[in-house]
Amino acid sequence: MPRFGESVDRYLRRELLPTVWCPGCGNGSIVQALAMALARIGREPEDVVVVGGIGCSGRTPFYLATNALHTTHGRALAFATGLKLARPDLEVVVTSGDGDSLAIGGNHFIHAARRNLDVTLLLFNNAIYGMTGGQAAPTTPTGSRTSTSPGSGSTERSFDAVELAMAAGATFVARTTTFDVQEMPLYIERAIRHRGFSMVEIITQCPTYYGRLNRLGEAPAMLVWERDMTGEPSDDQHGWKTGVFRDDDLPAYGDLTGQNSVRTRA
Amino acid sequence: MSKQEQQEVQQEGCRTSRPSPDARLVTGAEAVAEAMRQIDPDVMAVYPITPQTPIIEAFSQYVADGRVHTELLLMESEHSALSAVVGSALAGARTVTATASQGLAYMIEVLYIAAALRAPFVMAVGMRALSGPINIHADHSDVMLARDSGAVILIAETAEEAYDLTVIATRLAEDPAVMLPVLVGQDGFITTHAAEPVRLLDDALVRGFVGEYHVPYPLLDPGRPTTQGAFSMPDSYFPQKAQEEAATRQAGGRFLTLAGDYARVSGRELSAVETYRTEDAEVVLVAMGSVVGTMKDAVDRLRARGLRVGVLKLRMFRPFPEDALRKEISPGQLLLVFDRALSPGSWPPLFLEVAARIRGNSCRSLVFGLGGRDLSVEAVMTVVEGREDLPANAASHLGIAGGAL
Repeated sequence: MPRFGESVDRYLRRELLPTVWCPGCGNGSIVQALAMALARIGREPEDVVVVGGIGCSGRTPFYLATNALHTTHGRALAFATGLKLARPDLEVVVTSGDGDSLAIGGNHFIHAARRNLDVTLLLFNNAIYGMTGGQAAPTTPTGSRTSTSPGSGSTERSFDAVELAMAAGATFVARTTTFDVQEMPLYIERAIRHRGFSMVEIITQCPTYYGRLNRLGEAPAMLVWERDMTGEPSDDQHGWKTGVFRDDDLPAYGDLTGQNSVRTRA
Repeated sequence: MSKQEQQEVQQEGCRTSRPSPDARLVTGAEAVAEAMRQIDPDVMAVYPITPQTPIIEAFSQYVADGRVHTELLLMESEHSALSAVVGSALAGARTVTATASQGLAYMIEVLYIAAALRAPFVMAVGMRALSGPINIHADHSDVMLARDSGAVILIAETAEEAYDLTVIATRLAEDPAVMLPVLVGQDGFITTHAAEPVRLLDDALVRGFVGEYHVPYPLLDPGRPTTQGAFSMPDSYFPQKAQEEAATRQAGGRFLTLAGDYARVSGRELSAVETYRTEDAEVVLVAMGSVVGTMKDAVDRLRARGLRVGVLKLRMFRPFPEDALRKEISPGQLLLVFDRALSPGSWPPLFLEVAARIRGNSCRSLVFGLGGRDLSVEAVMTVVEGREDLPANAASHLGIAGGAL
């Protein structure tokens, strides 16, 4: 695996560091893992498009030296659908948060999975709306405190993004955490190499809101919490199972109609 | 500034802006949350978006603390939030929501339906620029999207006005002659996030003013079942739209009456059009929102230099208060209309409204502050002093290279 050096630096815009994210945010680890995965795959930065939505995760494309498209809240996958069909030769990676992809953009999430669209979705799950101030999200675990569920916490049930993606037809489905910094780039690499809709859910710490409101401590303590909260797919004792849940070889969107062979004018 | 100018400004400052001793220092968002707590609606449905979020956060705390009986729905998008609001309002619940910018843009489809279904509710808007480019700051582009929806649009200059208008809006939305959504806009960040002295009323006073909500035409009445939202052919569509338009127009008169009632309980007059030092003015600045405060300061300083200038503020944009506007304008006055929004390919929205109602006055159009750009007192003074050079055939974009100023 490449270490930080020339091969990874090609994919990063180091001049923009440090990132805009709060101290201790896990999103920087995901940027690093994505750059490492791209370096291992070796696609030229100009052959890669990173599409972001709105929310903290939406800032991700800024830090990558690839093509970048910053879209509206929830619509990153819809923009990416048009982009991928017009330029099937490009590698399309969507970085989107749990609010972005599972709430306001939930419809695009299930339909991109249903079509088996050949893009990679990195789902940043911090269990809360971070950018707007810590409101309850569809991934907020029942009982967790947020700025819109103070007191005894959220009374709603939460989504399991992995089960949702599998049920909707995604052909590569994995979950990891920002604690698992060795594993994360390997999953992202597999997801990008996979032909069809790939979803990697990454549990990422938000010490500013989720951690503070739920008394989970600072970022290091939250990383330990992530480790303790997760287990292998066979482990029923933990809230979040990690690993690769599906890796199936099925026709991607456009394969049967020949649309993926279309090449537009450069 | 000369010494005489300074003295005059100080005197004016004392006259116009001394806070009342019972005022509390709160932000515009907190003031609206407080009004909503006092109104104690049955349902609030929302989705987070900056800069509306502090309203919801404060209100969530009231729900958690049991200070309101409201059912708070945290929906999965603004489209869903407004859909839930419409369902709730039609079912007979007193309903509120709050949003901004892209959130309002995403609600627009449902807002037209809400007005057509005559669903009464109050929507607080932290007015903010629209994408793209992505921007989160003050601008009136978002409410202009709602311009032709049929909803009533009220716009506050200050946090206290946002509070007052929210209370009045509850009655206005539910008025049997109106039965429409009422938007209460305040400038994003400038008003939503800046703390100002606000004279909050007693809970009992507000509860007494808004009263119990009686739904005249409930959807869920087992004794008289109705179908709402049905398909409408050309024979019935146009007549229905005409009825809806009549309701929006009637909201103007009903606002006057309700604002009068409110003045009796609060001691505060909230007319649809308010003027500041326009009696003998040769130049009148026309604007909406927080910039009016800046303009009042500019007017004081310009008057100290001998310029006869005043400000006309609109608190109501829909229905457009044309009679009140005409009443306040004298023939020969030069109107400088300041818009915080564009209508590409045409004149800016507020200018169009004003220009369409004025006879015998010259108007100039100025666009300022898009995406949260500041407009200083000095910049307003420069515009007024350079008014002879403002083009009559195009809007001037303040602070933009190539613009007139």
